[in-house]
Amino acid sequence: MTQIKEARPLAGRRILIGKPGLDGHDIGAKIVALTLRDAGAEVIYTGLRRSPAQIAQVAVDEGVDAVGLSILSGSHKELVGDVIAALRDAKAHDVKVFVGGTIPAEDQAFLHELGVAAVFTADMPLGTVVAKLAASFS
Amino acid sequence: MNMRDQKLAVPLAEPVLSPVNRSGIPVPPSVDASAVQAERIGNPGEYPFTRGIFPDGYQGRLWTIRQYSGFGTAEESNERYKFLLDQGQTGLSVALDLPTQCGYDPTHPMARPEIGKVGVSLSNLSEAEILFKDLDLSKISTSFTINGTAAIIYAMYLAVADKQGVPRSKLTGTIQNDILKEYVARGTWIFPVRPSMRLIADSILYSNEVTPRFNPISIAGAHVRDAGATAAEEMAYTLANGLAYVDELQARGGDVEKFAKRLSFFFYVHMDFFEEIAKFRAGRRLWARFMKERYGVKDPKAQHLRFGVVCGGSSLVAPQPYNNVVRVAVETMAAVFGGAQSIFTCAFDEAFQIPTEFSAELAVRTQQMIAFESGIARTVDPLGGSYFLEQHTDRMEEMILKVMGEIDTYGGVEKAIEDGWIQMRLAERGLERKLDTDSGHHVIVGQNHFRKTDEEIKVGEVFKLDSTIAQRALDKFQRVLDTRSQSAVDAALTRLSQAAANDSENVMPYLVDCCHAYATVGEMVACLKKEWGEFKEPVNL
Repeated sequence: MTQIKEARPLAGRRILIGKPGLDGHDIGAKIVALTLRDAGAEVIYTGLRRSPAQIAQVAVDEGVDAVGLSILSGSHKELVGDVIAALRDAKAHDVKVFVGGTIPAEDQAFLHELGVAAVFTADMPLGTVVAKLAASFS
Repeated sequence: MNMRDQKLAVPLAEPVLSPVNRSGIPVPPSVDASAVQAERIGNPGEYPFTRGIFPDGYQGRLWTIRQYSGFGTAEESNERYKFLLDQGQTGLSVALDLPTQCGYDPTHPMARPEIGKVGVSLSNLSEAEILFKDLDLSKISTSFTINGTAAIIYAMYLAVADKQGVPRSKLTGTIQNDILKEYVARGTWIFPVRPSMRLIADSILYSNEVTPRFNPISIAGAHVRDAGATAAEEMAYTLANGLAYVDELQARGGDVEKFAKRLSFFFYVHMDFFEEIAKFRAGRRLWARFMKERYGVKDPKAQHLRFGVVCGGSSLVAPQPYNNVVRVAVETMAAVFGGAQSIFTCAFDEAFQIPTEFSAELAVRTQQMIAFESGIARTVDPLGGSYFLEQHTDRMEEMILKVMGEIDTYGGVEKAIEDGWIQMRLAERGLERKLDTDSGHHVIVGQNHFRKTDEEIKVGEVFKLDSTIAQRALDKFQRVLDTRSQSAVDAALTRLSQAAANDSENVMPYLVDCCHAYATVGEMVACLKKEWGEFKEPVNL
């Protein structure tokens, strides 16, 4: 991680990490939030149990570049779809959405079709997460 | 994820045998007889119970074989329970869905996407009647993984037993009912810390009178471990929470000699074999000492640390999923050497889906092979007296006490949780663990080492949830609302409100009445929220 801290590949980016729905496993969200901050981003974490509408509202209010959603309960299809719809309703088309958690391989294509920029799984190294995010902005 | 991606991040360290365990304790290459102090070890069934709480161990009584299970609607889960009991499982372990855990009825907008996903939807008594249909509650021990709404689900279980004509005194089982670890690790909290502690004390004291063979709490380290804690920290946070409950129960007039006998515990077991065995032995010794020295407890049964164990969900991985069969076997052996009273084995596919019938059966068979083929259950604590194990147990005990001391210094668990201090410590520890794995210092076979290039994840049979679950749950819910007596519900909820507002009243009998009237979980929670407010999560990131 020292290389990431020195290079600060996400410097100047504002990123919202959100936990939509009722899933209370937040360690992944927190780990990613801490990592993105180390990589130079300004990170806002919503805390648990936020509705898709609340998350989209915070994203708009804070003027973020990206929203990361962490879901392990299996409700990712519904919840991610609702967040993206709420962002579109708010005309926040340029906010990138990425998703992490327990996402079966066959659902990843579905999420990409919804407009998700990247899906991160638990076994993916954090350096890869940062690199993919940085690449999505360039 | 493939190897090229990994190279893009950090070059992997070579796989090496670390001379330090995951809790940070150095492990010497050899230990001699000077490490063993007989008085610290004692005998099985004798204070300080390092070697187990019973003199005859599993010869007297085998651990309870359970599988954490529940999904969809009550009908589907009832069928899975009958299947598991037919395979020789000896107790039920009920998984509840998130709306039930968080206190929302299926009709709530936050609930809709989650109905029946990670457990069964149990929104009111009629669902519980279906869930336990044709199961004899006087013979089956039922464990519920429920916390925020534990008192309500326990009340519902009593109401089902009443309906089935089973005397409450015959009921055995456990409700997890550990709210403190929900605030730090799992997130299904509802009320603020103070009223939550009262609710838990109410349910424990009520249970001691009404269901004397039931465990009204299972103070749990499992989720804390999942959130990043080491083995020593898992035990430390759990024992600290346990002491907080004892203090609360005493403050509400409970007799420690009595209620301490029904406190139970729940831990994870991971792959570092001796670290885990030593954790259980050290924890048992420490709890006995706290009970005796801090609270003056005399009855040995009230000094016992009785615990269930589950294989660590976070120790299982999706890549090369069949490797998890072996992990589960090693972990289950550690739990047996550690002297667990009840074991849930994880199914090999549990890292990424609800187990299929096939994987769930294999998990039960794993326990049966260890119980009946391996012979390790024949004698109590067969490794007791091992120079290395005894020394490691002592080191684990020191580490556990160190972490507990840090919590005390901060101002106790309640303050540490309200400030978000423990939560932040866990997040940092979780990040350390993840970076250790990413860099390859912590070896996970098939994930960060010993993995073929461009290997695809093959999970075998995939469990599929029926897509009609949510609609069926909603239809049934509406039917209950249409057929119950609204005036009876309103009256029961009003009495519950009055009891909740009066701190010296025990709310449990009123919850049981509400369940009998077919009040819903959401209605009961709304009623209590009105009196007690909601927990405001400290977000310190």
